[in-house]
Amino acid sequence: MAKSVEETIGNAKKMTIICTKGSLDWAYPPFILATTAAAMDVDVTMFFTFYGLELLKEKLKLQVTPLGNPAMAMPMAGMHMSMPNIVGMVPGVSAGATVMMKNLIKKKGVASIEDLREAAVLSDVRMIACQMTLDLFELDKKDMIDEIEIGGAATWMESALESDINLYM
Amino acid sequence: MADETLDAKGLNCPLPILKAKKALKGMDDGKVLEVISTDPGSIADFQAFCRTTGNELMEHATNDGVYTFLIKRVV
Repeated sequence: MAKSVEETIGNAKKMTIICTKGSLDWAYPPFILATTAAAMDVDVTMFFTFYGLELLKEKLKLQVTPLGNPAMAMPMAGMHMSMPNIVGMVPGVSAGATVMMKNLIKKKGVASIEDLREAAVLSDVRMIACQMTLDLFELDKKDMIDEIEIGGAATWMESALESDINLYM
Repeated sequence: MADETLDAKGLNCPLPILKAKKALKGMDDGKVLEVISTDPGSIADFQAFCRTTGNELMEHATNDGVYTFLIKRVV
């Protein structure tokens, strides 16, 4: 007799997150939710595709840019400063904004992406790198952390179909 | 009262929860973990965490921007 759904997937709730963005700011939502869900006994699968693959590189060089982001106003000297696109285009501005944000992250006791990713690995979050994107952007699995597996859309679908929550970020 | 104490002061979301989970994992059933936090979001978060995981939030208190939680490990 075929196994019931409960027998097959266990009692744990499941969640998948599709991670498509590779900037410092957008690296946070998927890793915060993945680690927190894992801490709440949810079985988590993260599927990294397109720019999201940046988040799996052994050495993270994530940047944040004010370009095209009118909502990005950084606290500065008691005020909030946003940046017109024309200024955001100047070489070095993104690097400067990245340094500013990293300083804020430290000052406010926010975890680094490296720490959150480590926490995800330690809590058995499953991380799948998209094979097609690896080919497309000529990325090498050797440059990524060891704990990943390689898969495609069907690998995510199988996981998504038995999940309670599926998020796209 | 508590068997172990976790000082999560100065840490922001989701670190107090992640560290509390790690601490609870290393404890026996029925033992009590005290968490001290300064993250105002942790009030709602520890209640949700305990409701979801089945661990018992025995007590929580606020004192001058410092939040204290007593969590009994149930599962």
